[in-house]
Amino acid sequence: MEPRPRIGVYICHCGTNVAATVDVEAVTEFAATLPGVVVARHYTYMCSEPGQALIREDARALGLNRVVVASCSPRMHEPTFRAASQEGGVNPYQFEMANIREQCSWVHHDRHEATEKAKALVYAAVMKAIRLEPLEEREAPVTPAALVIGGGVAGMMAALDIAEAGFPVYLVEKSDHLGGRVAELNRTFPDLEPVSEWLPALVDQVQRHPNITVYLNSRVTNITGFVGNFEATVEGAKEPLKVGAIVIATGYDVFDPRRKPEFGYGIYPQVVTTLELEHRLAAGDLTVNGKTPKDVVFIKCVGSRDQQLGRPYCSRVCCMISAKQAQLVRQALPDARVTVFYMDVRTFGKRGEEFYDEARRAGVRYRRGNVSEIYRRGDRVVVRVEDTLLGRTIEHEADLVVLAVGMEPRPEAADIAALLKLPRSADGFFLEAHPKLRPVDTAVDGVFLAGCCQSPKDIPDTIAQAKAAAASALIPLMRGVVPMEAATAIVDPELCAGCGMCVEICPYGAPGLDPLWGVSRVNAVLCKGCGACAVTCPSKAIRLQHFTPDQILAQVEALVGW
Amino acid sequence: MSDNGFEPKIVAFLCNWCTYTGADLAGTSRIQYPPNVRIIRLMCSGSVDPTYVLKALLDGADGVLIGGCHPGDCHYQSGNYKARRRIIALKEILKQAGLDEDRVWLRWISASEGQRFADTVTQMVQYLKEKGPNPMKREWAV
Repeated sequence: MEPRPRIGVYICHCGTNVAATVDVEAVTEFAATLPGVVVARHYTYMCSEPGQALIREDARALGLNRVVVASCSPRMHEPTFRAASQEGGVNPYQFEMANIREQCSWVHHDRHEATEKAKALVYAAVMKAIRLEPLEEREAPVTPAALVIGGGVAGMMAALDIAEAGFPVYLVEKSDHLGGRVAELNRTFPDLEPVSEWLPALVDQVQRHPNITVYLNSRVTNITGFVGNFEATVEGAKEPLKVGAIVIATGYDVFDPRRKPEFGYGIYPQVVTTLELEHRLAAGDLTVNGKTPKDVVFIKCVGSRDQQLGRPYCSRVCCMISAKQAQLVRQALPDARVTVFYMDVRTFGKRGEEFYDEARRAGVRYRRGNVSEIYRRGDRVVVRVEDTLLGRTIEHEADLVVLAVGMEPRPEAADIAALLKLPRSADGFFLEAHPKLRPVDTAVDGVFLAGCCQSPKDIPDTIAQAKAAAASALIPLMRGVVPMEAATAIVDPELCAGCGMCVEICPYGAPGLDPLWGVSRVNAVLCKGCGACAVTCPSKAIRLQHFTPDQILAQVEALVGW
Repeated sequence: MSDNGFEPKIVAFLCNWCTYTGADLAGTSRIQYPPNVRIIRLMCSGSVDPTYVLKALLDGADGVLIGGCHPGDCHYQSGNYKARRRIIALKEILKQAGLDEDRVWLRWISASEGQRFADTVTQMVQYLKEKGPNPMKREWAV
């Protein structure tokens, strides 16, 4: 028979994050009265080493067999406290967490109400903990190879690092060449270095690397499996590619300024985008209608920081691109007047502000203003601007107008998201698992993000993120095993009538009818622990471990009862 | 009659991947909402057994919120569709039995929709305040 529950409950202050709103002492006193609880404590930071030591030492000294921590979200520190419980001799699956920070102290301000809610959450966690069963963690082998989707700078850098660590990499690129958006650039900020001095060498290095297989003109059409054991169907590959980790580096699209028809892009040859100006600067031809421009205007934030267009975010690079191109135009056309109309100048980053100063010293005029429209006057265009410092409208005649277009998610990002069930943020870029702590991870284990598919960024940031994604992808590859879901479904053969409804409903083919006994059995390697079968089973013979009906009903009772 | 001091109790069954994470995001974004909701984390909305909902209602919860991933976004491919079918059937049964099916809300809230989660809870609390306490609460002695 199972030993009686001996539960330790630990209430975390999280500095003042919890304690400022929730009366942690009152919650601790309350927890001490709950059934099965032998010790209840509160501490400043349970996730700190002294906090974890409390759990370990109590577990040993008091013979705990269950641990409850009330603190942040389990999505944050469940692994931490599971490990601490295990070090104290408690099965990590007999640990339960009450989320009294993200779902209590941070969202409510009334101290009394927040404290009562925290008590209810702790009560429910204890009620669940009493019913938790010990589970065994298992491991699955890892296919020692990686898939990188996208052959731009982010994808190439990630592929190179993984390949250099000794693992095969499949690099899939939808166009007919590597290099991505950077291949369309001329020179880069803040050093005005020509891209041609480094990009071809990088492409060459990737193409010649013995561990990298490049698929050009190719797309990923299907992905199945899970961390350590993915199978990707790739156009051009004869059979599905087996990989242990995936890096997504699908990049960005540029905003199409036709969506702001008042700027006349596509109608007036004088109006171009920053990307088109890159091509012209590379070709050394800035003429419009055969004439050398005397007046050049840059307009920033076209398709960025624009609520009406559904593009509320800053694209982060346009200020630097404008400063760069304005300097290059000044060099190419020393007699031309160059004006930048801006909302704000955001030239952050290493050498950013200095670069902006250099542009102004080179004679580029910065003028704060919102451009309302562009129209033709003779063979020039007129830029109508509200000068937001002077508070009046001005008309500025120009021969060349450059729209600093922002970045937006690629439409194909939706397909990749659907293949992998990856969440995207409201702006359509892929959503990282945590904005600070897991910036290259995703909600899907073994899938990592690099570059502008996650959010707009410049080349150094892209490469830093690509190298981070490669390092993260290397963790399962180098370990060779991944922990497997322990909370899988199991069948009670005494109750199973062999109706096969679980077999029908499972998307992973985990349950199957035993040909000899006629009852269902779950293949634990295939089971992902979603619990769909348990709800479907008419005789309740299948249950999802760690989320069993008696555990959940006990939580319900506690939450409604308190 | 909207505010007679009645504070509804809401039990929320949220899927780990979308709505629970969305609720966490409401927290990290410090978006305030009424404390009437108490959350139970499940791996998937498709694992919400109708008996959990009934148990909550019979125990005296004034409302039950089931939160899952948007259609097409389920971490387990199709769990949210299963939830949708089950909840439709459950609401039909509640209605047939003369019970109040509007106390059960199924909503798709993604991991990035912290504001939507907070708004949903706020709306549900307001709705239940106008509706009044749950008459289904089990009052017989066993």
